[in-house]
Amino acid sequence: MATQQTSKHSGTGTQPDPMLVRPLQIQRIIRDLGDTFSLILQPPDGEADFSFQPGQFNMLYVYGVGEVPISISGDPARREILVHTTREVGTVTRAMRKLKVGDSLGVRGPYGKGWPVDKVENQDVVLLTGGIGLAPLRPMIHYLLTRREKYGRIVLLYGARTPEDILYRKDLEKWRSRFDLEAHLTVDHATGAWRGNVGVVTSLVRRSPFDPQNCIAMVCGPEIMMRFAVMELQKRGVADDRIYISMERNMKCGIGLCGHCQLGPTFVCKDGPVYCYADIKDIFTKREM
Amino acid sequence: MRDLEQTLREHPFLEGLDTEHLKLLVGCASNVVFKSGEFIIREGEEADAFYFIRQGRVLIETHVPQKGPIMIRSREAGEILGWSWLVPPYRWHFDARAVELTRAIALDGKCLREKCEEDHDLGYEVMRRFVAIIAERLEATRLQLLDIYGNSTNK
Amino acid sequence: MTEITLPDKHVVVLERKNFQSLLDALSESGYELLGPTVRDSAIVYERIHAVDEFPVGWVDECEPGKYRLVKDKKKTLFGYTIGSQSWRRFLHPPTNKLWEATRDGNGFKVIQPEPDQIKRALIGVRSCELAALAIHDKVFSQGQYIDNSYQERRRNVFVVAVNCVRPGGTCFCASMKTGPKATSGFDLALTEMCVSNRHYFIVEPGSKAGKKLVDKLPVKQPKESEIKAAQKELNRAAAGMTRTIDSEHIGKLLNEKFDDPHWEAIAERCLACGNCTMVCPTCFCTNMQDSTDLTGQHAQRQRRWDSCFTVDYSYIYGGSIRNSVTSRYRQWMMHKLVHWQEQFGMSGCVGCGRCITWCPVGIDITEEARQLTVTE
Repeated sequence: MATQQTSKHSGTGTQPDPMLVRPLQIQRIIRDLGDTFSLILQPPDGEADFSFQPGQFNMLYVYGVGEVPISISGDPARREILVHTTREVGTVTRAMRKLKVGDSLGVRGPYGKGWPVDKVENQDVVLLTGGIGLAPLRPMIHYLLTRREKYGRIVLLYGARTPEDILYRKDLEKWRSRFDLEAHLTVDHATGAWRGNVGVVTSLVRRSPFDPQNCIAMVCGPEIMMRFAVMELQKRGVADDRIYISMERNMKCGIGLCGHCQLGPTFVCKDGPVYCYADIKDIFTKREM
Repeated sequence: MRDLEQTLREHPFLEGLDTEHLKLLVGCASNVVFKSGEFIIREGEEADAFYFIRQGRVLIETHVPQKGPIMIRSREAGEILGWSWLVPPYRWHFDARAVELTRAIALDGKCLREKCEEDHDLGYEVMRRFVAIIAERLEATRLQLLDIYGNSTNK
Repeated sequence: MTEITLPDKHVVVLERKNFQSLLDALSESGYELLGPTVRDSAIVYERIHAVDEFPVGWVDECEPGKYRLVKDKKKTLFGYTIGSQSWRRFLHPPTNKLWEATRDGNGFKVIQPEPDQIKRALIGVRSCELAALAIHDKVFSQGQYIDNSYQERRRNVFVVAVNCVRPGGTCFCASMKTGPKATSGFDLALTEMCVSNRHYFIVEPGSKAGKKLVDKLPVKQPKESEIKAAQKELNRAAAGMTRTIDSEHIGKLLNEKFDDPHWEAIAERCLACGNCTMVCPTCFCTNMQDSTDLTGQHAQRQRRWDSCFTVDYSYIYGGSIRNSVTSRYRQWMMHKLVHWQEQFGMSGCVGCGRCITWCPVGIDITEEARQLTVTE
């Protein structure tokens, strides 16, 4: 028997195939850190209108090599370009790093649920992040600053491994010079001339100025850092449903059809990557879930 | 003296401490100031105090030959510096250096140890608070040791 | 258990000697015929043309970790219970090219493959397999994203179901409420009767296309006794199943057992070979494989079946999320029986028993589910 509901779900096959990649051209490359780089992409010809929610990701394909999920890290207001910050950690990202300006990269997306932009109005916003976790949060920071008057205090707590590993230095300097955003940096290890904070980023939570009863906390970083971050936020009295975390799993299709990114009953690619902590607290700390 | 008592009373570290005990603490307290670059604590020396930092920033560090100073942890306004005064043989294990002009209230360790010995209720109150600080340091240190941002495939 | 009945209207009888006419009618309507046959000492679903390719008189004996075909004295076409592999490979192929690309200056062009427009008739689909089809319909064509390649193939399928009159050795469809009689999702449903020198099929149309096809066949009205005899066989099959899963409560019960030490005990036997996932009719996990030819001028992406039992399945840079076999077996079983419910509103297990039969060490999902959820 033929499938039911074909009419409802565009059974004519005319809808764009979500498995197809769109080649985009590298307009500019920024070498952020030793192993981290940002690609600025535009279509080789014609207009671009990249619309995305802060926190969403794209699948990026290096011709013939493979595809990886990378969060979007540009300003959502700048819809003519697509910005991705990537760290070289595997075969695909290594090949991606070798690409030059003018080369093409295949793109599918944007996919997934982003940060809760609809929940932050009139709230203090705490952005707690470590390492390259700043990349998926940068669009959110841009988003907040574009509509600055709608929010209470904005506190950015960022931790890096060493002073040399601090991502988006220029942005951080810019943000730190603003009076309407409080940015605190810390590093895990420092030598030499460093005069700033030393210690894990989670230790910044207890002394940062925000109202735990009227805030939304967005956490992005290595999973273990997020576990400690959640505990610190809870100690400050932040309720579970005010905490959002961005998860990372092995996303292969990006659209919930390949099974790889399952986290308990959820698919990180479509139910995440950003989750409300209250929704996944029962599975968040389960080993090898 | 008034100022000292007032400051200590308002410090979250001493929240809930009764007045009598607070007065005992004030008896061991004094205001101190450190210039930027000045050492507050030197490794191996007698641990004779701990500090309520009121202003500035202090880096706890250790010197590794050929590598220079390695920063372990920073302490800022509102935080407590030092707990070796509590544990025999009362010697500092690391250096602590002010990296900005730093104002603090110093509590004389020997004085406080004696008072805690005389009055175990005070001893319990002090100990209880320091255990929380030590636990926080331990947890943070463990996380630091995990080197969570390390790229395990490349490094 | 509720009594299984056949509908009293529209049901017709097709004699065994006229069975080829069904195949011919389907072929004439443009369908490629896929049905059961014997290969490598097993029942497989393959491209077939004529009735003599069917597994005439073959019966499958299934036990945990054991499978063999034996000859029965009756010359049944569907005397076996289920094929060793499910139908899913026809609609969701083990390898499937998603697109090709060619170099174009600095960049590349993506070429979408031609849609698959083959009309396929699946002949001999069991009730549990219909349930599996319905599950894949839900997964691939009723969610936020549609799998075009599945949808294309699925659109042109004609389903000839076969009701089970003999429970297989590892079956538990009755407890999963997916069988043994086909109730929906078919164009035609057959009940094969092979008694006292008579061999015939009760044919039940399940769709307009099914009715239209019946009109082309040399059928006659059934006698009441024939209907009754078929019903008796179906009820006997349902009652004959020894394995069960408490499908109503298993999700909740198992969900509380995430940290149970019994998972370790299963993992001590499990080889993490992934056989269960390859034979399962509902498993849908795939991996992507990108490649180029030697010149680098042409690239393609293939989608391949994958298994949650591999270490690579959950790999993200730095290591795999599910390193232990314990965690991988648990992922598979909890996905089937617990998480599927939340993801798709239905169980991911249809009770076909293939994972039990084809497990090289005979791990039995019904037994493990019982062990995990048994209360003292």
